[in-house]
Amino acid sequence: MDQHLLSLVLFTPLAGLVVLLLIPSRQKDLIRVWANLVGFVGFLISLPLVSRFDRSAGGFQMVERAGWIPSLGAQYLVGIDGISLLLIMLTTLVGFLAILSSWTAIQDRVKEYYAMFLLLQTGMLGVFMALDFFLFYVFWELVLVPMYFIIGVWGGPRKLYAAIKFFLYTLAGSVLMLLGILTLYFQHAQQFGSYTFEISELMKLDLPLGMQQWVFWAFFLGFAIKVPMFPFHTWLPDAHVEAPTAGSVILASVLLKMGTYGFIRFSLPLLPKASMDATIVKTLAVLSIIGIIYGALVSLMQADWKKLVAYSSVSHLGFCTLGIFALNPNGLAGSVMQQLNHGISTGMLFLIIGVLYERRHTREIAEYGGLAHVMPKYAVVFAIAMLSSAGLPLLNGFVGEFTILQGAFEASHVWAAFAVTGVILGAAYLLWLYQRTMLGQVTNGKNLHLADLSPRELAVFLPLMAWALWIGVYPKPYFEILEKPVAQIVERVRPGYFQGAAQAARTSPAEVVAGVR
Amino acid sequence: MNFLDQIWLIPLFPLLGAVLMLLFGKKLDPQPASDVAVAPGVEHTHDEHDTHGHGHGHGHTHDHGHDHAHGGGHGHGSPLKILVSLLCPGMVLLSFLFSLGAVMQLAQLPTKVHQVVQFTWLAGMPFHMLDGRIATFSADWGFLLDPLSAVMILVVTGVGFLIHVYSVGYMAHDNGYYRFFGYLNLFVFFMLMLVLANNYALLFVGWEGVGLCSYLLIGFYYQKKSAADAGKKAFVVNRVGDAGFILGMLLLYALLGTSRFVDVNHALQSGQFHAETAGFGVLSAIALLFFTGATGKSAQFPLYVWLPDAMEGPTPVSALIHAATMVTAGVYMVARSAALFQLTPATSSIVASVGAFTAILAASIALVQNDIKRVLAYSTVSQLGYMFLALGVGAYWVAIFHLFPHAFFKALLFLCSGSVIHAMGGEQDMRRMGALKDKIPVTHWTMWVASLAIAGIPGLAGFFSKDEILWQAYSSPSGSQVLWLIGLVTAGMTAFYMWRLMNMTFYGKSHVAPEVEAHIHESPATMTVPLTVLAIGSALGGWLGVPKLWGLPESFRAFEHWLAPAFAAAAAEGEHGGAHGASIEWILMSVSVAIAIIGIAVARYFYHTKPEIPEKLELRLKPLYGLLLNKWYVDEIYDFLFVNGLAKGGGRAMAAFDLSVIDGAVNGAGWFTRFCSTISMWWDTWIIDGAVRLGSFTVKLLSYPVCFLQTGRVQAYALFFVVGVLAFFGYYVIR
Repeated sequence: MDQHLLSLVLFTPLAGLVVLLLIPSRQKDLIRVWANLVGFVGFLISLPLVSRFDRSAGGFQMVERAGWIPSLGAQYLVGIDGISLLLIMLTTLVGFLAILSSWTAIQDRVKEYYAMFLLLQTGMLGVFMALDFFLFYVFWELVLVPMYFIIGVWGGPRKLYAAIKFFLYTLAGSVLMLLGILTLYFQHAQQFGSYTFEISELMKLDLPLGMQQWVFWAFFLGFAIKVPMFPFHTWLPDAHVEAPTAGSVILASVLLKMGTYGFIRFSLPLLPKASMDATIVKTLAVLSIIGIIYGALVSLMQADWKKLVAYSSVSHLGFCTLGIFALNPNGLAGSVMQQLNHGISTGMLFLIIGVLYERRHTREIAEYGGLAHVMPKYAVVFAIAMLSSAGLPLLNGFVGEFTILQGAFEASHVWAAFAVTGVILGAAYLLWLYQRTMLGQVTNGKNLHLADLSPRELAVFLPLMAWALWIGVYPKPYFEILEKPVAQIVERVRPGYFQGAAQAARTSPAEVVAGVR
Repeated sequence: MNFLDQIWLIPLFPLLGAVLMLLFGKKLDPQPASDVAVAPGVEHTHDEHDTHGHGHGHGHTHDHGHDHAHGGGHGHGSPLKILVSLLCPGMVLLSFLFSLGAVMQLAQLPTKVHQVVQFTWLAGMPFHMLDGRIATFSADWGFLLDPLSAVMILVVTGVGFLIHVYSVGYMAHDNGYYRFFGYLNLFVFFMLMLVLANNYALLFVGWEGVGLCSYLLIGFYYQKKSAADAGKKAFVVNRVGDAGFILGMLLLYALLGTSRFVDVNHALQSGQFHAETAGFGVLSAIALLFFTGATGKSAQFPLYVWLPDAMEGPTPVSALIHAATMVTAGVYMVARSAALFQLTPATSSIVASVGAFTAILAASIALVQNDIKRVLAYSTVSQLGYMFLALGVGAYWVAIFHLFPHAFFKALLFLCSGSVIHAMGGEQDMRRMGALKDKIPVTHWTMWVASLAIAGIPGLAGFFSKDEILWQAYSSPSGSQVLWLIGLVTAGMTAFYMWRLMNMTFYGKSHVAPEVEAHIHESPATMTVPLTVLAIGSALGGWLGVPKLWGLPESFRAFEHWLAPAFAAAAAEGEHGGAHGASIEWILMSVSVAIAIIGIAVARYFYHTKPEIPEKLELRLKPLYGLLLNKWYVDEIYDFLFVNGLAKGGGRAMAAFDLSVIDGAVNGAGWFTRFCSTISMWWDTWIIDGAVRLGSFTVKLLSYPVCFLQTGRVQAYALFFVVGVLAFFGYYVIR
């Protein structure tokens, strides 16, 4: 069993899906129970990954390999390192909670809905496990399909526009990425005489800088659209606003991380020269910083609750990409931490909107106000989610942000100085949102008798709140998990980093002080 | 019992109280069903619940706007509510006793420094320092008890406990009693984390945590928009400072590779670094960034604007958080970084200037305010300015020395004002008070002591510390006569506005509305006992730091001696008293006492003897008066520039840009694709398919003659056949 643990985690949702298809459509409650069960088992079954994961070992663990399409050189090859482990745990937990949160929200086409979610779950897990570029691409594209339907079928009034925009926009990016993949594939054949999509094989390639840059930009389009980085972000607010709650949760918590994961897993190690290229690094850092500030400012002025959170994602993901392109251990580790944190806190924020949307069917901020009187438990949960998102110490957000800022500061003082304004603006838009919806007097008669959180709804939030607190108070295990993989990536992109900057090693701090003067 | 190794428990007691309150408090103190504040004019969608009618979110929403039951009305409540009243102050008392034990044991240590590291909290990755060496980005969950933090924990837990007791009486009628105490305990936890942390990053945890509690407590009456606004303003303005603090920490890490106070101080004092007298170097930058953080938390120019608004919170909160403890966090942090500031004269002079400027600016505003709490708020800003003035001129122990009695007399002033407001049934406007002296005697005499103390009357606490600050501002090498003069003028203003307050509130003619007049009553013992204790502290606290000049035994200078190890480096350079003669010190001291007495006398003359004078002055100096009354329009300027301009205006512009340009490009691409596809469709229909159809058309055209023959009718074929045969025969016949 042990050597197939990853496959088990990967295919549990799919197996659940097969059984689900056998249940008659009118047995709605049975379908719900089954889907929740599969989600829960999917999470439980992923727990052993944590206990069996060896933090001190480098490289990929629990690797499984099987031939798949020999004529192409594509294999079924999965494995994880610390980075993928954390994202997989996020996926299994948030995936389950998203399913749990849909119990009453979805009444039409229940069977199809859960089927899409289970399919989505397998797709996302596959993305984080695949070590074969072909397999990765298959999972990457597989994710698009169920998400397209989730937005397009169960979404809001402009669902078709949003679904098509989401699908085409991301597809356009991935097609270019495919060209990049194929370039590497054929280059490998040319240099080594064998056709393969295996990542570790492709890493042996020795490509000239020009070609690396070309491939980098091809990858960039695929990943940057997914993240989304400024200026490729506009599909996100539409998709979020129109998607059903659980769809938004998955979209924000997990799907966006596929982009950042792609940068970390593929762009940096496969194209180290391009990743160190000054123009590329500067461009990406600047785009990230624009994303941070721009996303926060746009967020501040949104009248739609969901759109506000969607733009806040642009801002937070800007931190993640900034961390990546700081190209140092703290930047990268902070970035992964922040991806996890964003998954937790923004997942909560979308769930919070969903709770209210189910009751009032509107996301207009102006429709609400004074809800803390009517829904006190809800107000507390929202406050915790907000503070976690705003990066308050002892909750998760701070750990990620602070570490990223350290990484960015090491790379450039100016980057950090700009990025830190995101911390101020983050507090501003979140607190203002909270005030307009929760505080003050009840200004709308329709809100006077809203029911507070039900036990099921509370159960959705509890694990996320507990996780947020854990990361905030004791983040050490997470950093331990990330230490090796991050070190490997940094060593690959910047060989000799861990020996220190040799030329300056003999200079004393006082001289540096003088130099800075 | 070894308290020293268990200092990590000190913050945990109030945390326990907070957790219990916030998780189970609701069950202990059930809320009335009518706790929903509804905006006027909002209709209920269902009509079964019409118990909300009372006051429509008005009655209980104001700070002490609630109806007072008289006499035995206080402290009523279920036994469970009494449990809350015992538990939360009890937790703080426990912390206080524990702190006392720890500090006594600390005094026995030869080094007077004790550090307990529990675990690595922030366990980051290796990074390159500025000089290229490798260091690890990490921070302990660790505690440091030294003379400086010892003073702080005693102030926090001691004054904190008294204010908790006071709150039992003050908040007795408020909904959300448990919530209030939960937040208050949480605040004490974070404040203790702040002052006990052994590194900057963990200090920042407390720093942000007290900010959060301040936000929660300012917005305690969250039904009021002004309260919610004030809470948000406090948090966001503080975040501006925090951004600076974060950058400062990062620069510190980059320079030294650590943020542990002990290691930082050790590195800074190792002789490796020299004072940046020539210019503005890395150390100066770190110090300035730290000070930016301090201007936020400690309400200094330009970030002081949140503190006056913070008075929206219940009065005990103003006393504890916005006077005695949290707002001094910036002072503490700068004092904690004394070794750093010692090396950065450029930044230190900025600190001194900002402090002096803030002191006089806030004092000038306090001169004309009519809200009793606002006067005290500006007074707090002003007094904090004094502390920064002391820090800026290198007199670190003096700043802490002023912090200590200030915690007493300012907390006392706020609690007394709370008692006045309590007695007046929620009235805060001093123009509607007067002649309350005999009606609330305990409040009166305790406030009298506090007002004398802050005015700087010899013998009372404020005199010693303020005088020391003025002396240091004058005599310290980094001080100057200008700084001294500003401090002196501020001292005069302070005496004036405090005694303006006293005269308007307690003396002269009563301006109290008759219906309020009948209800005026002294506060219950839970409130007056803390007042008395604080009054004693305000009166005597200063005798721990008597001027050397007075020639008293050294035990009267215990405060300086106690803090000496914490500021060892600073003290080494701070020995400068000899540069100025004793006679100058005597003269300056007399001048400052004189100006305090003049301030008090003028206030009495203006607001007691000849009340028409201030009215005339108001008319004659209308522009100046308006400027002061409107707080120099700083809030308006900030609103215009930053809130509406940069944030909202920028946000609106960006949102429009996003919709039209960025998303416009995406939609444009979509439109262009559709346009191309329309063209293609046209091309396909008319050109490509046209070509195909042209072919078929040609064939069809060519087929017409054939079609003509190929009719499919057998008769026609028979006819053609016959005609053909006939023609054939005909041909042969004719040939």
